[in-house]
Amino acid sequence: MAAQPYSNGYLVGSNLERVLRAGHFAVTAELGPPQSADAEVIRKKAALLKGCCDAVNITDNQTAIVRMSSIGAGTIVVQEGLEPVIQMTCRDRNRLAIQSDLLGAYALGMRNLLCLSGDHQNFGNHPTAKNVFDMDSIQLVQMVAAMRDARVFQCGEPFKGPEPRFFVGAAAAPFADPVEFRPYRLAKKIKAGANFIQTQLIYDIPAFKTFMEKVRQMGLHEQVYILAGVGPLKSPAMARYMKDSVPGLWVPDEFIARMEAAGAPWADIPKDQLSKEDKKARADAWKQEGIRICIELIQQIREIEGVAGVHIMAIEWEEAVRPIVEGAGLLPRPSVSAPTAQEASHD
Amino acid sequence: MIVAEQKSLDEMKTLIGEAHNVLVVGCGTCVTVCFAGGSREAAIVAASLRMATKLDGDAAAVSDVTVQRQCEWEYLDEIAEQIKAADVVLSLGCGIGVQAIAEHFPQTWVVPGLNTSFMGLPTEQGIWAERCAACGDCLLGRTGGICPIARCSKSLLNGPCGGSEDGHCEVNPDIPCAWQLIYDRLSSLGRLDLLLDIQPPKNWKAARDGGPRKIVREDLRLAVEEE
Ligand code: SF4
Ligand code: SF4
Repeated sequence: MAAQPYSNGYLVGSNLERVLRAGHFAVTAELGPPQSADAEVIRKKAALLKGCCDAVNITDNQTAIVRMSSIGAGTIVVQEGLEPVIQMTCRDRNRLAIQSDLLGAYALGMRNLLCLSGDHQNFGNHPTAKNVFDMDSIQLVQMVAAMRDARVFQCGEPFKGPEPRFFVGAAAAPFADPVEFRPYRLAKKIKAGANFIQTQLIYDIPAFKTFMEKVRQMGLHEQVYILAGVGPLKSPAMARYMKDSVPGLWVPDEFIARMEAAGAPWADIPKDQLSKEDKKARADAWKQEGIRICIELIQQIREIEGVAGVHIMAIEWEEAVRPIVEGAGLLPRPSVSAPTAQEASHD
Repeated sequence: MIVAEQKSLDEMKTLIGEAHNVLVVGCGTCVTVCFAGGSREAAIVAASLRMATKLDGDAAAVSDVTVQRQCEWEYLDEIAEQIKAADVVLSLGCGIGVQAIAEHFPQTWVVPGLNTSFMGLPTEQGIWAERCAACGDCLLGRTGGICPIARCSKSLLNGPCGGSEDGHCEVNPDIPCAWQLIYDRLSSLGRLDLLLDIQPPKNWKAARDGGPRKIVREDLRLAVEEE
């Protein structure tokens, strides 16, 4: 699918697209909507992220736990002056629902979209639900790219009016099995029409370098913007859990050891004698170390050719994003002027 | 084959309710092979129900009979009298067998003694696994003979997703990742090129999503009419 950019060179002209096209090292973050109808939570989180990222992903029922919808929360984020990346999974919606929601999302001002298969509902809080999976993530990418470029619905019928134009993203899991196939799967997502990629959390830099080497050999980094996923560790237990139980996530022992060392001053106190203050101090020490590690990871990732930015996933810890971005020397975020109305009108 | 599992004795008891004259009907085909509803199981279920209803103080007369195939009316005709005489028929056939009885004997109250689980095969002694979801448009020719519809937890056509690890699916370590299996098989057969093509969205109309399905074979219809 040959993309048809605006006459100004932009496909969409979202802030994320402008920052990437201008060649800046992009920063995206993640905002998890609440398990309630509370708009205030979104506003508070948006305030924490504003100014320290170029766009913010709003998860779509992440880990199959029901939360405020990505588009609903995204609308509030737009009102708060932050640019959302809407997430859409194939788990909960068929092609009718996805397209209709995307028409709505575009009308409400959303311009970036991340296409995902979605975690299986078995993981979440409604394991007895029926799943959809009418399409998979690659087919979803293809559909939304065609909605923008060929201006048709999935069935081939043209829109009766303006088409929704999204800067289309997809995920990549460089270390999931079969590892040898992962660069090829990335190539498939690009072929389907992905404009940007956000990866699974990267902790193992040498392994990621190997992946990126293959990506460069295949010339993929020249066809898509790759944002490497990073996230601050919160505790040694979290680091161990990620290493042992999350598929496609490699956490080197070195980081687990560093997290443990950060909690060392409290390590000899028996569990039942740890005071509230002790626990808080230890949690703070862990968090500081987690943030430090995250900053180092970003600095190393920045050196890897073909990486266009980072995607910071500080799950339920949005406060961590600013110190990370600041510590990595990525503040202030660039401002690339928006395309003028005239430029933005495409033929 | 169709693979099924017996319901609990308690549920069977609830399903037969107050009936006194109960006929347990086994089936000699798929459910015999998966040890859920053959003649042996029908006899055991009948005996268990006799015992259980007796212990409850209201003994039911429970007999059993097994036909070669419950999903064809001609086999059911052989036991028509027994079926008609029963207050309730407890079918140990798959869901198709139960419905064949209901359709063929409009006056008969029939209940299922099995939960029909899937279409699959025995992989080891005592283990059966799903293999086909009857999607109506078989794509095994593109996946090295391994079905992503029935065997990938998300029915992905362009897998594997990021949840595949050590050969198993993210959903459960006991589930092999279908896409890892496909990858390994295509790799060993030198056909990994097949995985580079993007498979378009599936036409689910051929599957159950298009409504209940039916096949009409005009060639066979004509033969009937000519007879
Ligand atoms: S592709 Fe369809 S018909 Fe073929 S095995 Fe899978 S579910 Fe059955
Ligand atoms: S892990 Fe494998 S089988 Fe499970 S959903 Fe992903 S691709 Fe399908």
